[in-house]
Amino acid sequence: MKVINIGVVAVAISILSPNLYAQSQPPLKVGMMLPYSGTFAALGNAIDNGFQLYIKEQGGKIAGREIIYVKVDDESEPSKATDNINKLIKRDNVDVVIGTVHSGVAMAMAKVAKDSGTMLIIPNAGAEAITGPMCAKNIFRSSFTNGQPGFAMGEVAAKKGYKTAMTITWKYAAGEESVKGFKEGFEKGGGKVSKELTLPFPGVEFQALLTEVAAAKPDVIYSFFAGGGAVKFVKDYAAAGLNKTIPLVGPGFLTDGTLEAQGESAQGMLTSLHYGDNLNTKRDNEFRLAYAKQFRLQPDVYAVQGYDAAQMLAVGLKATNGDISKKDDFAKAVTAAKIDSPRGTFTISKAHNPVQDFYLRQVVGKENKVIGIASKSLADSARGCNMQ
Amino acid sequence: MDLLTFLIQTLNSIQYGLLLFLVAAGLTLIFGIMGVINLAHGSFYMMGSYLAFGLSPIFADTYGGGLILTLIVGLILAILIGYLLEWLFYSYLYQRDHLQQVLMTYGLILVIEEVRSLLVGDDVHGVAIPNWLSSSIPLSEVMTYPVYRLFISGICILLAIAMYLILTKTKLGMMIRAGSVNREMVQSLGINIQFLYRTVFATGVAIAALAGMVAAPVSSVYPGMGQSVLIICFVIVVIGGIGSIRGAFIASLLIGFVDTFGKVLLPEVAGVLVYVLMALILLFKPSGLFKAGT
Repeated sequence: MKVINIGVVAVAISILSPNLYAQSQPPLKVGMMLPYSGTFAALGNAIDNGFQLYIKEQGGKIAGREIIYVKVDDESEPSKATDNINKLIKRDNVDVVIGTVHSGVAMAMAKVAKDSGTMLIIPNAGAEAITGPMCAKNIFRSSFTNGQPGFAMGEVAAKKGYKTAMTITWKYAAGEESVKGFKEGFEKGGGKVSKELTLPFPGVEFQALLTEVAAAKPDVIYSFFAGGGAVKFVKDYAAAGLNKTIPLVGPGFLTDGTLEAQGESAQGMLTSLHYGDNLNTKRDNEFRLAYAKQFRLQPDVYAVQGYDAAQMLAVGLKATNGDISKKDDFAKAVTAAKIDSPRGTFTISKAHNPVQDFYLRQVVGKENKVIGIASKSLADSARGCNMQ
Repeated sequence: MDLLTFLIQTLNSIQYGLLLFLVAAGLTLIFGIMGVINLAHGSFYMMGSYLAFGLSPIFADTYGGGLILTLIVGLILAILIGYLLEWLFYSYLYQRDHLQQVLMTYGLILVIEEVRSLLVGDDVHGVAIPNWLSSSIPLSEVMTYPVYRLFISGICILLAIAMYLILTKTKLGMMIRAGSVNREMVQSLGINIQFLYRTVFATGVAIAALAGMVAAPVSSVYPGMGQSVLIICFVIVVIGGIGSIRGAFIASLLIGFVDTFGKVLLPEVAGVLVYVLMALILLFKPSGLFKAGT
């Protein structure tokens, strides 16, 4: 009898022990709050794809925890943002939230994340306040702040010897922050922004303002528009003949995903962004090939930002052995890490925003060809962030 | 502002005003004269732009760089769609109250938007200007004016004259106007009001689509483009006086001037100036600038 008993115990231990280890690491729930419908649907899907691609490359597990997804379509609708993220946190009990594209929605999400302490990684929205006055140890961004591409372009414009500039954008936060970045970079380099033109969002009747530009004849003009507005502005600018005498520059969004529609009118334009079409680094080529194989689509800057959001999550999780509730250790690991991104290696600032190279790109045919670095290791100002 | 800049801005104002009239003209018929609150007007406009985007490559090698044939085929398709929509949906709305009209036409926006997304996707597209219209005229030493914009203005003026003459000077126009005042009476006089209104509605859709087709090369083609013109169209019809072609024309030009000079002189409040203008006009002329049927 004794012999049998020992045998039973031995069998019991051998069966139970792997289970004991498995139970200590339940799956990690990731809440994807992105625009899966509407104008920004393509951006939301690219971010989602990029994120999943990295997780798949890691075998679907990070720090021993299997990754499972809960998805919410935020519809780029700020009025529904608070409800949506609360549902993810309270009803679905997600461990981390990834989102989103629209700055207004992201602001509402950041507020909830800050209050509830839930980990939030923002894969696009560039509102400065999120890594400024609203910064928190559990909020990160894998993209940029609105002022960063503008600042980089301002430096380039000043270096090119332009003395006076005019800016034109919609009268809303993203545009104004972008223009402010340009102004800082340009005036630091000795230029002067003579006039800041704005028109109500999302108006696309530019003729009156183009006439103003023609009358003032600055050396260069910086503009921030996106989507349909970007297409129409670039075309109207060329149709008015202004591109022959006053170069038009802008952040990469002015010519990203819109070149097909802009056609001839965008040729030769200079823009700045943290990604471009032919970086031709080993890392980027591998990423592009893997992405194209997986999704039968070419990746864009949004896919890269989603991919890097997953990388940042992985860094934090590995440092805490999968225990995401250790927020201090998580943040310490992420801010100390070098993220090996397809865009090039970057680090995360104290305010949790990427410190990264901005490329100078020129429109050649249907590509935003990288022709150099506009600004190296550019950090954002993080004005108003009091986080230690 | 020197004299030359002022003159160019005046030209911009007139041109923008004419474009606004073109965009709002279809709504003048459907909302102004037929009295249906048609929120889907912007969707018809968008449909026109997407028709131009889809058709222009097919006809690119035909006479006039494909523009003429694109417009003709696009208009025929728009009229067919207009007939179908009136028969299926709008014909039930004439006697219903405004809330039901708003709900139905709002629903139509969502459906058309989703169909567009399924058929063409969500990318921004451009439509090429045919070669014979793609030149530009020099205005100042650095600025030129695209000929295509003048071409749009020409179409607007022709359309305005045609609509005005048909509605106020012909027997058909008289029947349409009478129908908007008393449907039953017109019917009892032996006029097939159902067919007449179906035709007016289809024409309204076609004019909205025409605006979309003509504007496509300058505005580009993108999701949600209809909603961006919807509000301003209602403002034009209301300021001009509901049901008045002349009113809509004058209101469009007025808004063109206020918007253009507002952006230049008062950029801080440019977004509200048009609505301030509307409030002021309605304060002193509650039924708009002109009476219906003028």
